[in-house]
Amino acid sequence: MEFFHKVTRFPFMHTRKVWYGLSAVLIVGSLILVGVRGLNLGIDFTGGIVVETYFPTAPNIDRLRAALAGAKIADAQVQQFGSARDILVRLPPDPNVKGAEIGARILGLFRPIESGVTLRSTEVVGPQVGEELFIKGAWALAATLLLIMVYVLIRFTPKLALGAIFAVLHDPICVLGFFAISRMTFDLTAISAILAVIGYSLNDTVIVFDRVRERARSARRLAVSQVIDESINQTLSRTLMTKLVTLLVVLALLIFGGQTLHSFSAALVIGIVAGTYSSIYISAAIALDMGLRTDDLLERRIAKPEEVDGLP
Amino acid sequence: MTAYPRWKIALVAIVMLIGILLASPNLFGEQSALQLAKDQSAVVDADRVAVEKLLASKGVPVAGSFLEHGRLTLRFPTAADRAKARAVISAGMPNEYTIALATASRVPTWMRNLGLTPVKLGLDLRGGVYLVYQVDVQAAVKQELDRYDQDFRASLRNAHVPYDDVRVDYPDNRVVVTFRDAASFAKGRSAIENDNRSLNFLETTVGKLSALELTLTPQQIQQREHYAVQQNIVILRNRLNSPELAVSEPQVAQQGADEIAIQLPGLQNSAEVKKILGKTATLEFHMVDETDNPFEAAQTGQIPLGTKLYYTRHKRPVLLKRDIVVTGDQLTDASFQPNTQEGPAVSVSLDSRGAEKMLRNTEENIGHMMAVVFIDRSSEKNAAGVQVVRKKEEVINEATIRGVFSNNFQITGINPIEGRELALLLRAGGLAAPLSEIEERAIGPSLGQDNINKGIHAMVFGTLAAFVFMAVYYKWFGVIADVVLAANVVLLTALLSLVGAALTLPGIAAVVLTVGMAVDANILIYERIREELRAGVSPRTAIAAGFERAFSAIFDSNVTAAIAGVVLWLFGSGAVRGFAVVLVLGIATSMFTSLMGSRTLVHVVFGGRRKIERLPI
Repeated sequence: MEFFHKVTRFPFMHTRKVWYGLSAVLIVGSLILVGVRGLNLGIDFTGGIVVETYFPTAPNIDRLRAALAGAKIADAQVQQFGSARDILVRLPPDPNVKGAEIGARILGLFRPIESGVTLRSTEVVGPQVGEELFIKGAWALAATLLLIMVYVLIRFTPKLALGAIFAVLHDPICVLGFFAISRMTFDLTAISAILAVIGYSLNDTVIVFDRVRERARSARRLAVSQVIDESINQTLSRTLMTKLVTLLVVLALLIFGGQTLHSFSAALVIGIVAGTYSSIYISAAIALDMGLRTDDLLERRIAKPEEVDGLP
Repeated sequence: MTAYPRWKIALVAIVMLIGILLASPNLFGEQSALQLAKDQSAVVDADRVAVEKLLASKGVPVAGSFLEHGRLTLRFPTAADRAKARAVISAGMPNEYTIALATASRVPTWMRNLGLTPVKLGLDLRGGVYLVYQVDVQAAVKQELDRYDQDFRASLRNAHVPYDDVRVDYPDNRVVVTFRDAASFAKGRSAIENDNRSLNFLETTVGKLSALELTLTPQQIQQREHYAVQQNIVILRNRLNSPELAVSEPQVAQQGADEIAIQLPGLQNSAEVKKILGKTATLEFHMVDETDNPFEAAQTGQIPLGTKLYYTRHKRPVLLKRDIVVTGDQLTDASFQPNTQEGPAVSVSLDSRGAEKMLRNTEENIGHMMAVVFIDRSSEKNAAGVQVVRKKEEVINEATIRGVFSNNFQITGINPIEGRELALLLRAGGLAAPLSEIEERAIGPSLGQDNINKGIHAMVFGTLAAFVFMAVYYKWFGVIADVVLAANVVLLTALLSLVGAALTLPGIAAVVLTVGMAVDANILIYERIREELRAGVSPRTAIAAGFERAFSAIFDSNVTAAIAGVVLWLFGSGAVRGFAVVLVLGIATSMFTSLMGSRTLVHVVFGGRRKIERLPI
């Protein structure tokens, strides 16, 4: 089987203004959403207490809320978690509450409503942890971007590196926008998903650049925009195929992985789609508008002598 | 293609064989188990025989057993058998063992002896408690300053030098000794410097008084903080591993600069363990002031000079001399004796310095009373988020010194539970700085099982989808890719078993993601081969060119993913790290399998033929 029997000839560079516009809308929209609506931060970042309980039959949430309010457990959020029988109670941080006690206490309040209720997990995160994890997460993000930038700079030219970095920034912003619009809990696993997306979506960009470099050397007379168009078209089959398989796998995670992996796999799905888009339409186009010329790609030829032989 | 080196084929074959061997223990599954430990000594083979004989006599089946780290692990066919065995052992051999519930792999003994173990499951998959403590490093620095304060005072006292004051200036990290005149300053300085040769002092003035100042350098502060965290890790580990606490396979690790993360797999109720972990209990021995009336002192608040007012646990006031005979630091060993003539007791051994002081003290004070003070410091954050240290000091025992003793003696006057706990705490050592709990996650066993099921479902379906797709889209080459992908999963499992990294639910997600990335590498190669074929190149050359040309793209793209993985590994904690470890290892195995493994397999399948007409791609 083959979806792309002939090499496609899409004029990506010619239409790049359109894609820039689309990206601008996505990025600005995401940033506004994050700024206005904010992210639904998990207790990893806010600190607090989450008690997960399991009911043999779906309980009436209002009765559970009333039971908690009756016991003067203020500010408790009661919500369904995955299914109607999994009930999550979330409380703000309280330095005097110990995990083992609050779990047992909530279970005691729920038992009169449904005797078969069981405690599945208790999580207590101090408020200072949240702040620390947030800072750590931000550092991790910055360090990843910086290291990747350095790597692309060493392997390619500064202009291509700029294009890569833009594409790399583009994807996590889209993921953040998705979290803001869907109100999905943004927790530590979501951060790891974003970092994975950064590493993974750069794959495509790097592969396109790799081809651009190779084409520029074999067809020196072509204009750069033509070289880029050809390169993207030549790698298009591979880019879409790999993303399709990865999406299949990640969809399996989203569907079967349960609630714990939900935000993680959702972030990956969005990230992969955004990453594929940005590496096809955006990264090389930016390098072109930065003034990329064939000479930029040739001067590094000495660095990779094994490429010389066997050109078609 | 024809010149494909044989050593590469051999290397791939050897790596795969080792990989299969290392991964094989994971096929055996787990069983309910009990872990038995003794208070005083390691469990030996004779004990194992005795326990198994007892269980056999009561008709409880044992599936297997082994000794490790001085503990005996017994496996049982069902959880019900385990419960029965637990009851039988605690009834038939009372007080001989502490028993912890655990799970153990069904791996045969010969495999275990080779060091082959299955992948460890993380807390989210097997249930358990995860705790994070913050070390109060500032308190550790302050303690150091306080110690200098005491030392300087002692030096000045011994040299009979009059001084105005010794003051600890905490936020500025310095100790200032002030003198009333220049002569005592000179004498004092030489006395202090003689006793503390490694320290650098500064001459200053405070008001009109000349003063000697010691300021801790940033390096000294950092060193002290580092020491406090490391020391606490050692002590927490000792406490968790002591047989008095029935915890199996506890893990204690530093996290960030001043945090300690503890994993207690299989533990359901953390209350008892937490009570022991955060304790900073120690002992002090003081002589009792027998001349003054403690009740009067307690009522009037007038404490006689050189004494301090304490209370017993029955709230009876006692006046003790301020001089400390021996402190808990000088203890080398402590053990609990449940049945002595005077009731439960803790036997204590002192080091040589402590023994000498105790000897001198008991010689001089026969017929007088000595008291044991139990000091328990715990630190927690109050409602305003400020660290407060609560100090509980109690006289647990007063006794008349009847004879001279030095390094070995007993402390009585405690109940059995306290005695056990005190022995544990004294033996494990005192915490170098107070701890406060900042995070606790408890995962019930049913949720763990649920997570395993979901994770495995996701993994199986995801991998299957990728396999089917590859075989359909790339025909025989796709099947080769599938074999390579399976090899990748085997190697990754082998690596995880080898490093002993725990597999968590995010880790399973990383396995699935790795499969996706390994597919990526294969697709890169095959698309390249197809391209070469389209350009009219012969199949042989197309294969060679496909692998060669795809290399730089595969390498570059994997490096960028690996960068993200390593950063996650370094910065992450808990769930994130579980993901990162598997991701980084997975990138390594997928690079190996898709570049070396795939090439070798293609060579083995197609390389032998003289002429290839068409490639099934």
